[in-house]
Amino acid sequence: MRILVVEDDLEAQRYLVQGLKESGHVVDEAGDGDTGLNLALSRAYDVAVVDRMLPRLDGLRLVAEMREHGNATPVLFLSALSEVDDRVKGLKAGGDDYLTKPYAFVELLARIDALMRRRAPAGIRTRLDVGDLELDLLTRAAKRSGTDIELQPREFRLLEYLMRHAGQVVTRTMLLESVWEYHFDPQTNVIDVHISRLRAKIDKGFQAPLLHTVRGAGYMIRAH
Amino acid sequence: MIAARSKPGILRTQAFRIVLVYVLLFAFSVTALLGFTYWNTRRTLDAQTDQIIEADITGLTEEYHHFGLPGLVETVRSRTLHQGQALYLLVDGLHHYVAGNLDPWPQISGRADGTVEFDFERSVNGHMETRRARGRILAVPGGFLLLVAQDVHDRYLTERMFTTTLPWTVLLILLLGTVGGALMSRNMLRRLDTINRTSGEIIAGDLSRRVPLAGSGDEFDVLSENLNRMLDRIERLMKGLREVTDSVAHDLRTPLNRLRNRLEESLARLQAEGTQAGEIERAIAETDQLIGTFNALLLIAETDAGTTRAAMAPLELGGVAADVAELYEPLAEEKKVSLVLMPSAPVAIEGNRSLIAQALANLVDNAIKYTPAGGKVRVRTAVTDRGVELSVADSGPGIPQADRPRVVERFVRLEASRSSPGTGLGLSLVAAVAHFHNAELLLDDNVPTGLEATLRFPATAIRPLPVPLKNAAE
Repeated sequence: MRILVVEDDLEAQRYLVQGLKESGHVVDEAGDGDTGLNLALSRAYDVAVVDRMLPRLDGLRLVAEMREHGNATPVLFLSALSEVDDRVKGLKAGGDDYLTKPYAFVELLARIDALMRRRAPAGIRTRLDVGDLELDLLTRAAKRSGTDIELQPREFRLLEYLMRHAGQVVTRTMLLESVWEYHFDPQTNVIDVHISRLRAKIDKGFQAPLLHTVRGAGYMIRAH
Repeated sequence: MIAARSKPGILRTQAFRIVLVYVLLFAFSVTALLGFTYWNTRRTLDAQTDQIIEADITGLTEEYHHFGLPGLVETVRSRTLHQGQALYLLVDGLHHYVAGNLDPWPQISGRADGTVEFDFERSVNGHMETRRARGRILAVPGGFLLLVAQDVHDRYLTERMFTTTLPWTVLLILLLGTVGGALMSRNMLRRLDTINRTSGEIIAGDLSRRVPLAGSGDEFDVLSENLNRMLDRIERLMKGLREVTDSVAHDLRTPLNRLRNRLEESLARLQAEGTQAGEIERAIAETDQLIGTFNALLLIAETDAGTTRAAMAPLELGGVAADVAELYEPLAEEKKVSLVLMPSAPVAIEGNRSLIAQALANLVDNAIKYTPAGGKVRVRTAVTDRGVELSVADSGPGIPQADRPRVVERFVRLEASRSSPGTGLGLSLVAAVAHFHNAELLLDDNVPTGLEATLRFPATAIRPLPVPLKNAAE
């Protein structure tokens, strides 16, 4: 996958580029807004990671201009600003996701993966499958190996999100943002308790667990 | 935020009240002044009339002493040859006419000073007229009565005009004064209204608004100009504060970001080499703790100062409570604490969903943390006559009365809770969110034990329930 990184803090840029390359991506980097915009418009990228505050051309302007030129590359904003209202500004300018510095690299990577996945929608899906676990999005029913699983509405949304990102690491923050629509950090790790409840429903009594904990990162649902 | 207070009716405005007091005072003065003039004029005129009558009587008495009754009759007759102001009537003991220019004996009303007033008929320019006279009655030996009077009809007419027009005059003064006052205060009210409306919009968050000037340079313009200058200053200060928070955020987060990056890199390298890296992992955890505290502090500072432009929208409070309760329910269950959401009628307020949810999450988090196994945490929304309440009650140890004002301060953690994790910023954030919404944070005893924390939003924040865009199909 081809990723554009626009970041003026060279130390942070080096780290990002190196990390993404180690994760198997092809990365182009730019240290200011103008160069970033030129690159974004001249080459096809799967994701662009853009800092909010950039010399020459501000991050918000950069993305707004990309959108004006009809460029639909998913954008992940990085920001060192305070966040209460800046997230909204970033998303309004055409950003697809927003991450406040300092961030954990796994968090960034998981979000980039999610943005790439979103880019290639496999039509409108009415059914999700992971191994022998099925989720019917129309009847809102869950089954594993043909056995019905009773799910609360929120558990259904949680499982749906995990299954839509099957095979990918999903962080606690991503779950809190997507499933609960909260953009704050609860003092206690409430998500873990929800996950263990869900795990008890879908994995208990089955030989092969589907819902895995990825240490230091989050969770992943996968068949093997 | 505070909506502009509802406009007072014109009758309740200060301007109108002042005008009304002045009108009443003026009407009273006019009445008093005219009344005194009337009384004084009348007294002088009466005295003049009485003097003439007295002189007349003196003359007649002398005639009687010199010439007896016939002399008196003769004098009366000679004095009544020409029609004038003077009136005489001499009657015998049976009230039969003897001499004079009046007949019959009139209906007389006596007065305290011995004078009398009466009405009589007289031909003026060919037709009869009832006129008013004032005089005295003398008893003449032999049972005769002599009435000596003066025609005071002109004075009487003036007096009557005076007494009938005075109430109307006062009424007119009151009426014109009140209408004028109302117009004047409405004009003033309109100017004040503009100032009030602009202030309301500014309080609601639009700091760029300014009070328009009428250009007349009057005291309202001076007030508006002063307000505008004050607003310029506040806007500059807010912008400065905002810039400071932004730079502090940027300048602290950038090195923190590098620090965390380097730690992650070292961790990855050590793990790749197969070395134990527990120290680095702990350092990362400490860094994250530091970041968490910093974020919380920044959010509190921004929320408290109101520099954040956090979007306000009508939101249903019961829904916010239900969402947060749902988020924490598994955690409560794990701790063997029952988390109960009390049913309530839906109520919407103007607020920021994220901030209110975060404040409520902090309260619920605390409640679960401090409630022993088997205890109960209750989340409730309620509309009372003092506002809209969102409260979390627990059956934990509670907070001693004396410590309550202190616990909302930043970093304050009571001795009893030092051992449990937390930054000591949870309640400070709740207090800041309350402040941001013009709400109160109340800490009360829960019955029989525990703490009840209540966010009480003002009744002015109540909004019509938002229409749901989608059905809750999930």
